[in-house]
Amino acid sequence: MDLYEYQAKDLFAAHDVPVLPGDVADTPEKAREIAARLGQTVVIKAQVKTGGRGKAGGVKLADTPDDAQAKAENILGLDIKGHITRRVLVTPASDIAEEYYFSFLLDRANRTFLAMASAEGGMDIEQLAVERPDALAKVPVDAIAGVDIAKAREIAVAARIPAEVAEKAAEVIVKLWDTFVGEDATLVEVNPLVRDPQDNIIALDGKVTLDGNADFRHPAHADLVDKDAENPLEAAAKEKDLNYVKLDGEVGIIGNGAGLVMSTLDVVAYAGEKHGGVKPANFLDIGGGASAEVMANGLHIILGDADVKSVFVNVFGGITACDAVANGIVKALEILGDEATKPLVVRLDGNNVDEGRRILAEANHPLVTVVDTMDNAADKAAELAAAGA
Amino acid sequence: MAIFLTENSKVIVQGMTGAEGTKHTSRMLKSGTQIVGGVNPRKAGTTADIDGTSLPVFGTVAEAMAETGADVTVIFVPPKFAKDAVIEAIDAGIGLAVVITEGIPVHDTAYFWAHAVATGNKTRIIGPNCPGLISPGKSNAGIIPADITGPGKIGLVSKSGTLTYQMMYELRDIGFSSAVGIGGDPIIGTTHIDALAAFEADPETELIVMIGEIGGDAEERAAAYIKENVTKPVVGYVAGFTAPEGKTMGHAGAIVSGSAGTAQAKKEALEAAGVKVGKTPSETAALARELFAAR
Repeated sequence: MDLYEYQAKDLFAAHDVPVLPGDVADTPEKAREIAARLGQTVVIKAQVKTGGRGKAGGVKLADTPDDAQAKAENILGLDIKGHITRRVLVTPASDIAEEYYFSFLLDRANRTFLAMASAEGGMDIEQLAVERPDALAKVPVDAIAGVDIAKAREIAVAARIPAEVAEKAAEVIVKLWDTFVGEDATLVEVNPLVRDPQDNIIALDGKVTLDGNADFRHPAHADLVDKDAENPLEAAAKEKDLNYVKLDGEVGIIGNGAGLVMSTLDVVAYAGEKHGGVKPANFLDIGGGASAEVMANGLHIILGDADVKSVFVNVFGGITACDAVANGIVKALEILGDEATKPLVVRLDGNNVDEGRRILAEANHPLVTVVDTMDNAADKAAELAAAGA
Repeated sequence: MAIFLTENSKVIVQGMTGAEGTKHTSRMLKSGTQIVGGVNPRKAGTTADIDGTSLPVFGTVAEAMAETGADVTVIFVPPKFAKDAVIEAIDAGIGLAVVITEGIPVHDTAYFWAHAVATGNKTRIIGPNCPGLISPGKSNAGIIPADITGPGKIGLVSKSGTLTYQMMYELRDIGFSSAVGIGGDPIIGTTHIDALAAFEADPETELIVMIGEIGGDAEERAAAYIKENVTKPVVGYVAGFTAPEGKTMGHAGAIVSGSAGTAQAKKEALEAAGVKVGKTPSETAALARELFAAR
């Protein structure tokens, strides 16, 4: 889960990483109150989970509380790369002497962690990595040894952070590591990490991604989910423990296993090229044990998507037997009753496939078409979606 | 021959007495795997009856190895306890640890991987979040169905479980030397490259099928490895061409971040290394069939 800047900074503060005071506002009036309380020139920053806020007009200075209200009014509701701004962070405008870049992240290739740091912060880091790779230090971090003050000094030196503030920067780096490990983050990024005229090191921005697999040891992370910004279908799926991602297409997809479902999306998209350009409407992995209830929950979510014109159920019976899946489909259609209105194309293969196909043939449901291969089934589902669109 | 797992492998199961562990121990026994016991500190000294086979339960991996000569462990313990279970297996010095568990925090995986490296890489780790591996007709360590196909000359390495099954099914008339599911997490033990190297060295394997998916750059690195080191024909498949940027597609590691980790980039890298890449699983199987006939 990606966090908003204000949430990231709350986590930073909890781990003693220096951040500026401030508060988040969802109305212009609240922005005004915060500015009045801070009693100085403030920055109003759009809270969106994407980059390029400044260029999009999502970051503005405000000299007075009135000005803060006016600027917040402009920024709230702003569409930044498809993200609607629902909140702004109001924080003191700071004097900046220098801007640095810092991050901890996963190094998948080396199966460890990586610190990336540069004395040349503030700019787009991908651009810096391409244009001036020497200026970006990449220091591997051992998962067991972690980052103590000595390791943090090594990183600060490698980043060419000026000697007079290197020790202070190293102290902040240790605290950022505490955040990274303590919160089970897969990314902690600060751009810019600033040096102020008094040589304080402050995290002026923050980007944090949390590992959902570690939620069991962080009950508080549940509060960080922005329920308002969630796609309603994705939220409903999550409540039913379904692995669902909404996409922009017309063919609803249900399958078992993440890899097979990804592959199904591709095969449907290829088939769609021949049928008016229809595309997959979603990713939905119902996992190994496809019970009738799970199948019904999955179909319920997919049929609740107004864009869906046909549904493709693609199951390879590995551990799950195809007869159980077929029974699941039949019972799911019973449970859904009149709610099931879109044609279903079903492809079953693998464990006990003959019995599975027999069950579906016997049920002879008017909405269900059984097709024997994945490619032909995708073609049929795309054809039906194009006809229904 | 086969890779990593043979008819001589002696297998223990960590988490054997849990629901998943019991179910899959039964399936492994049925497919001919030499299961020699289980590990559960709370049930040490007891025996577990699985489908009429009486299996001893040991308190630790080290004890199980000393008593039975086990050289493979299959790990089904829940995510919360998986890190300690893998570290225990590493410390016992077992040759192969197959981590089936899905949902392990990546900091835990990074930690046990670092521990394996720090202690001299004596234990091969497969997974986590994987279906395990099968050497058909010889042994089965994990949850891959044993009845899809039999022994043959294709070696398969895949990030995905169900795509492994699908590909074994498509090529069931030819059969497999070994099929290895390496898992869909961002950090995994055994990589595509490790399996490619083992298949290249395995006299029984005459063609290799490699299945990848979006996220990371493991396929790109495998492509570079193939170009330099693999003389056997390799056929590839990559899932996730239509996956949107920034969304995790089921597997924790399956995510396109910015312009990195796309299926297109992986396909291009593999093709540049001379690997034939199928657009769909069935096209991939057809390519494999063609190359197998022409070998």
